[in-house]
Order: sequence, then C-alpha cells, then structure tokens
Amino acid sequence: MMPVEILIIGGGPAGLCAAIQAAEMGSKVLVVDRNNSLGGQLVKQTHMFFGSEKQYASTRGFDIAELLLDKIDKMDNVEVMKSTTVLGIFEDGVVTLENNGKYIKIKPKATIVSTGASEKNLAFPNNDLPGVYGAGAVQTLMNEYGVKPGNNVLMIGAGNIGLIVSYQLMQAGVKVEAIVEAAPTIGGYLVHASKVRRMGVPIYTGYSIKEAHGKDSLEKAIIWQLDEKWNGIPGTEKELDVDVICISVGLSPLSELLWQAGCQMKYIHEFGGFVPARDENLQTSVKGIFVAGDVAGVEEASSAMVEGYIAGMSAASYLGYKLYNMQEVKDDLMQQLNSLRHGPVGEKIRNGITSLMIDNEAAASIDAFK
Amino acid sequence: MKENIIICRCSDLTQQDIRDLINQGYTTYDEIKRISRVGMGPCQGRTCLPLVLREISIATGKPISEISPGTFRPPVKSIKLGAITEGALEGGEACHE
Repeated sequence: MMPVEILIIGGGPAGLCAAIQAAEMGSKVLVVDRNNSLGGQLVKQTHMFFGSEKQYASTRGFDIAELLLDKIDKMDNVEVMKSTTVLGIFEDGVVTLENNGKYIKIKPKATIVSTGASEKNLAFPNNDLPGVYGAGAVQTLMNEYGVKPGNNVLMIGAGNIGLIVSYQLMQAGVKVEAIVEAAPTIGGYLVHASKVRRMGVPIYTGYSIKEAHGKDSLEKAIIWQLDEKWNGIPGTEKELDVDVICISVGLSPLSELLWQAGCQMKYIHEFGGFVPARDENLQTSVKGIFVAGDVAGVEEASSAMVEGYIAGMSAASYLGYKLYNMQEVKDDLMQQLNSLRHGPVGEKIRNGITSLMIDNEAAASIDAFK
Repeated sequence: MKENIIICRCSDLTQQDIRDLINQGYTTYDEIKRISRVGMGPCQGRTCLPLVLREISIATGKPISEISPGTFRPPVKSIKLGAITEGALEGGEACHE
C-alpha cells in the first residue's frame, strides 16, 4: 500500500490551492484528478474574475489555472496523478483509486476532499432530446474543445453561469434567443446581465421551460410564465426555434466520498444540496478529513481558492507542520473569505455556514486515521 | 401520448415511473433505487438523485432536508473485478490467510 501524507481529491481551484499551501508548509502531497489535466473548471473560464487581487481578480480563469499549476510544478513535494478517480473512502482510512484500469490502495494521514460539484438537471417533456445540454457542458465543448454546440440557444437559468455562458456563446457566433429564469429576479451579477441585455438577448424572469420538441434532435422550445406557486400559466406560452437548450439551474456538491467516510452531512438549499458539517479549519466531523470548494457548498471559484489555502494549512498543521506566521496567514485568509461573502448574496452563504459549524471538540469525535 | 420526462437517463425512467412507484408506497430513495435501479447506473445518482428527492418531497410533503439520499457505497464508478484482485495481490495482501 502506497504511503501518503496528504491526499487531495480533485485538482480544481480549491485542490490546487490546498496543495500549494500544504506543500509550502513542508508536507508531502498527492493530488489526484480524474481528468487528464489539472485546473478543474478554471480551464474553460475565458472571462476575468472578480474579487480582489489575492484571488487573481481581473485575470482570466484559464490563466489562473496556469499560474497555480506553475507553482505546483516547481514544488518537489507535490505528486500529481491525472486520469485517476478516487473510488471509495473506507472506515479504516484506506482510499481506493482507479488509474487506467488499475486498482490502487493508499492510506493517507489526512485527506482534503475538493471534488467540486455537478450540474443539476431539470424535468420537462423531451428533456432527453439531443441538443439539451448542461450549460457547463456547453462551455466545455466550446472553450475547451472548440466545438460549436449549435446555432440558436435557449438558456434556462439567469445565475452567473447562465449569463456568462450566454455571453460566451455569442462570442462564438451562436445566437442566444432568450434566457428564462424561474425566480422573479435575476440570480447572477447585474454587470453580466446588463452585458447580455445590451447585446439584445431578452431575459424573462418568472418564466420556465414548458416542453421541448423535435424529431431526431431539438427543434423547438416552448416557455411559459410561472405563477407564484411555480406552476405554468396556460396562455402565456412563447415558442422559440432553437437547436440547443442549456440548463443552468444550479450545481450540486459531489459529496459521495464524504458520505462514504461517515461525515456528518446537512441539506443546505443555498449550497446546492447536502454538504458536510465543518469547523472553521474546514475539518469535517471525521478527524483528518478536510473539505474545500464547491463540495463544501457551491460558491464562486474565488472562495474555493481561499478555502483551498485554509484546508491545506489545516491539514498540514494537523500533521504537525507549522508556519512561523501561521495565525497571521490564517487571519488574512479568513478576512478574504469574509469580504468575498459580503453583501446580500453572501448573507445566505454566511447563514448556511453558521448552521454547518461544529466546534473543534465535536470535530474530533470520530477518528478515521488511527 | 405518454409524456417523455426523463428522470433517470441511465435506466430510462420517466417522471411518471417514479410517481407511480411513490404512489405504490416506495417513498424513500433507497426503496425506489432497489425496485427501479434509479441511481445505480454510470451516473450513480449524480443526475437523478436531486430530481427523485424532489418528487418524494412533493408527494409526501416532507422537506428535502429531511429526506435521506440513501446509502453511498464504493466504488463511485465501475471497475473490473480483475483489477480489484490484481490490486489486492500487488498491495501485499494475501487472499487466503
């Protein structure tokens, strides 16, 4: 069995920052990612980030991935396994991996789960027609593989992903017929919404999809207005000739490994689903298992990076590694998180986190690594 | 015509299939999973689980926060049995002790 000090599951923004922080403190880190390149969703983010300069604001997502990967490349104590999927976390602390059809067992002394989130699906008639995609999938097709998904798009959901992908579709020469949002207000940032509106895309709030139509693939979408109980109002239907529907109705945390490990989980609607209880060091209810990024609650990549640094520091310090100014660095990271979670949207996040908090003693209740 | 609202893409189950099962008394995710194979395909529930929990919530009036998403077991994706036995041998674990 392979001896590992700190295992990081998922090499997206959270996992990469966790690796950098933990390695800087002297620990030996193994980063495992199921894709054949690291960076997670950053690699397809062609837009510039918000936040502050500490989270690389005004830098494009894929450039941030490059910056982080450059740092990791220079660190001798970070090992990377690509095209490798973590299959399970067991009660005795053994973690199983699959790489190229090979089954590998490791026993890390601490684990950081930064698996991210997956796109939520939506139930409507003919939702399995070719041409119905997740918005993130379309972003991957376009920005990573250079494949145009179609010619006319209906975007479902006016959160940041829906708005940004709509804009990027237009950059790629695809017509966005409309954006529908079931909620009475736009969920994403106003700057993104204004940008797509200025380009002539209508955003229908209080609207959703009624049904999709098409013979062999998508040809038409029918949208309708919703009443205050989220039911469609007959007579308000609009027909759109589209060959692509993008579903952008939120993400759900990829938390199955945390369930397997026995972490205490709680359903927090604002975080996208079931998320782990944690202390301020991002340690879960299972001692030695830390979380960072979307799996701990769906937020932005900027906060995922800061959480990554915190989790990396916590895991390293759990194993006895120290920094001479650890408290100072930690305070600064906490301060960054607070400012990212500032404002009305942040309030929901802050409330969600408060209900997930466990104190340090409770966190030590179960020990998976003895 | 039957409405083609797909909940489970892996096992091709529609919203009506899930609602029929709930009406028959299968009101937990694990029960529906065992009787219909929802969540047991390649997606392992990543696509269908939130949709099924929503159906259970609507039918029973219980908030989703109080509905169990069932048991999660390794492996999270398929792997050949041969690879597991090989891994066991190489990992220094005797098969017969």
